[in-house]
Amino acid sequence: MTITRKQFLMFAAASLAGVAGAKVVSGAEVVREIGKKEGKRWAMAVDFQKCRWDQGCTQCSAACNRTHNVPDIPNKAQEVKWIWKEKYQTVFRQESELVNPTLTGHPLSLLCNHCSKPACTKVCPTGATWKREEDGVVMMDWHRCIGCRYCMAACPYGSRSFNFVDPRPYVANINPEFPTRTRGVVEKCNFCEERLAKGQIPACVENCSERALTFGDQNDANSDIRRLLASRYAIQRQPELGTGPAVYYLI
Amino acid sequence: MRERILIFGGVAIFLVLFTYPVWHAKAASTQAQPPKLQLPADAKECVAPISSMRAAHMQLLIDWRENAVRNGVRRVHATNGKSYDASLTRTCLGCHSRAEFCDKCHGYSGVSAPSCWQCHNESKLISGRAQ
Amino acid sequence: MIENALVGSRKYWLWISALLVLIAIGMLFYMRQLTYGLGVTGLSRDVTWGLYISQFTFFVGVAASAVMVVLPYYLHDYKQFGKITILGELLAVAAVTMCMLFIFVDMGQPARVMNVLLHPTPHSMMFWDMISLNGYLLLNGVVAFTTLSAERKGVATPHWVKPFIYLSIPWAVSIHTVTAFLYSGLAARPFWMTAVLAPRFLASAFASGPALLILLILVLRRTTGYDPGAAALGKLKTIMTYAATISVFFVLMELFTAFYSGIPEHREHFEFLYIGLDGQTGLVPWMWVSVILMVAALAMLYSSRVRMGNQALAVSCVCIFISLWIEKGMGLIVGGLVPSALGSVAKYQPTMPEWGIVIGIWAIGTLMVTVFYKITVGVRSAS
Repeated sequence: MTITRKQFLMFAAASLAGVAGAKVVSGAEVVREIGKKEGKRWAMAVDFQKCRWDQGCTQCSAACNRTHNVPDIPNKAQEVKWIWKEKYQTVFRQESELVNPTLTGHPLSLLCNHCSKPACTKVCPTGATWKREEDGVVMMDWHRCIGCRYCMAACPYGSRSFNFVDPRPYVANINPEFPTRTRGVVEKCNFCEERLAKGQIPACVENCSERALTFGDQNDANSDIRRLLASRYAIQRQPELGTGPAVYYLI
Repeated sequence: MRERILIFGGVAIFLVLFTYPVWHAKAASTQAQPPKLQLPADAKECVAPISSMRAAHMQLLIDWRENAVRNGVRRVHATNGKSYDASLTRTCLGCHSRAEFCDKCHGYSGVSAPSCWQCHNESKLISGRAQ
Repeated sequence: MIENALVGSRKYWLWISALLVLIAIGMLFYMRQLTYGLGVTGLSRDVTWGLYISQFTFFVGVAASAVMVVLPYYLHDYKQFGKITILGELLAVAAVTMCMLFIFVDMGQPARVMNVLLHPTPHSMMFWDMISLNGYLLLNGVVAFTTLSAERKGVATPHWVKPFIYLSIPWAVSIHTVTAFLYSGLAARPFWMTAVLAPRFLASAFASGPALLILLILVLRRTTGYDPGAAALGKLKTIMTYAATISVFFVLMELFTAFYSGIPEHREHFEFLYIGLDGQTGLVPWMWVSVILMVAALAMLYSSRVRMGNQALAVSCVCIFISLWIEKGMGLIVGGLVPSALGSVAKYQPTMPEWGIVIGIWAIGTLMVTVFYKITVGVRSAS
């Protein structure tokens, strides 16, 4: 049986396409839900009127940075931050100052809101960031992130940071229990998921001596955070965008 | 006629350069030594049989990693029946010293480790002991 | 076929050498970026996309514009475009290659780029962008080289090329629509989240692409005598003029919505671009240059209507190209990210390494166009 060169080349090309296609299809990521028992949803309430940042307190951000090897980048334009402080009127910009006059100058903590419908996970082209179904934590896989920064463009809250340079030289004391990141990946608050796995609360919550941060399962009607939200008026950042944030600011 | 000299000369130079890795060691009269690995001081068995670790430790690392990071499965049951914490730093580097074990073979065989160490730390246990 | 590109005049080789030098410089800067990280650029936590992505966005439009010469010829039998469809397709190949290079140099971990295909994410527009760009590259590459090599052999183009050509028409529209979808679906960025973004992209693409094509044809005519004919050039000019007009109309629509509604999150981005915000006026002169160039070009094009000298045509094409390059490039990307989600107005200034890499990629695209057109002219003049 003779086969022309053209036929041979077409066969080879078809085989190559088949192999490549199979590889792509088999690699299709299926987000697996592990033990979706009661459906937890971790949430945080920030009682920012207790915050003493303007008196020099940095307990929450220092604890986070210590625990997670968050670098202190000298060029502030390219800084990396997981939890930080802004003034109330910066965060709730369009609110008239007359609505809550006592709150205007207050610092409040900003962090990833671990949304129920995250804008960032929607746009990630590799699945390097995704929402964990069983407890609502928006996760980061630093092994897979390609550093395209689409998630940073999509986040309405500015919660994400990019490693413009190798962060290791800028971490004062590396905590060996947690990896650092490499340059070229995006990072953000992970709700201390590695601590949650051991039954501990997030580092920022544990270290705030004023007890300004409350953490808990918002799906559990008897949790501290639910009781707090029932007794106090709370607002959220840009809820009209439909992202469903899990961080509440208590008024 | 002129070209023949150039062509054969060029081919000869190419062959010399191409086979450099084969003859240069002999020429420099050095003998490549297989690496002497420092085995863990206290642990008697690895998480998997040595033969399978030799063949496929990267696959095991990746499987543990994907399971830990993406599925939250932090304790794994190894083939030896024991359960381990799926952590590169605490479990793997808790027994093996990176410099005396991992890097020795990887450096010798020129198989660059896929940049684990840009992010993952040495275990304090080992580095503490080394000091 | 390639041998056509390996013979040329002294000027040709000087041009190629100059491009290779620029490419080498770009590569050196890129090696530096690979080693040090994207910290070598002027990008920041707030302005996380800048020059690289702006060039990608603009040149996707240039790539899509090939449809403007392919559609009339193949669907409407507009024979006058006979000598330029190949030029449009080859320009598309070079432009799409540049786009993919711009994305590649923007990535923090480029070695992991295959993750986009290994872990498909149909919910992400960037995944579809990768699919559509690669598909478009393949389509145009196959079509252009098959038709050209058929010509070279003196035979008719094989029948199987026809479906690919027809497919490339909606595909061209799709690549730019998907690129617009990257931006127009982001609730976080009111400047981008507008339904008119995709139509805007297409209009500006169909203006900037033909503008570049006209300039390339004029250069070809001057250097090689390859003449597609006055009718083809005239029709391209018409397409460019109306597309540019529609593009301007869309921008005016955006300005109305933003300023009449007065919503700060919408209005502030336009203020930053055209007036300045919080003392940051870096882009203001650029945006007004873009406006003036466009007005001047449209004035020239509309006042001449039928007859237009080559010089005037070239000037108006350059004006339109640069105007849209500013407005759809830096204006669109930086304008969307400033002010940030928290209202802060960051300063973004591309650094020398950034420019070096961008110029290197432009040089790669120019080299591709040069080589492709040299081959085309060589094949066509031989036949």
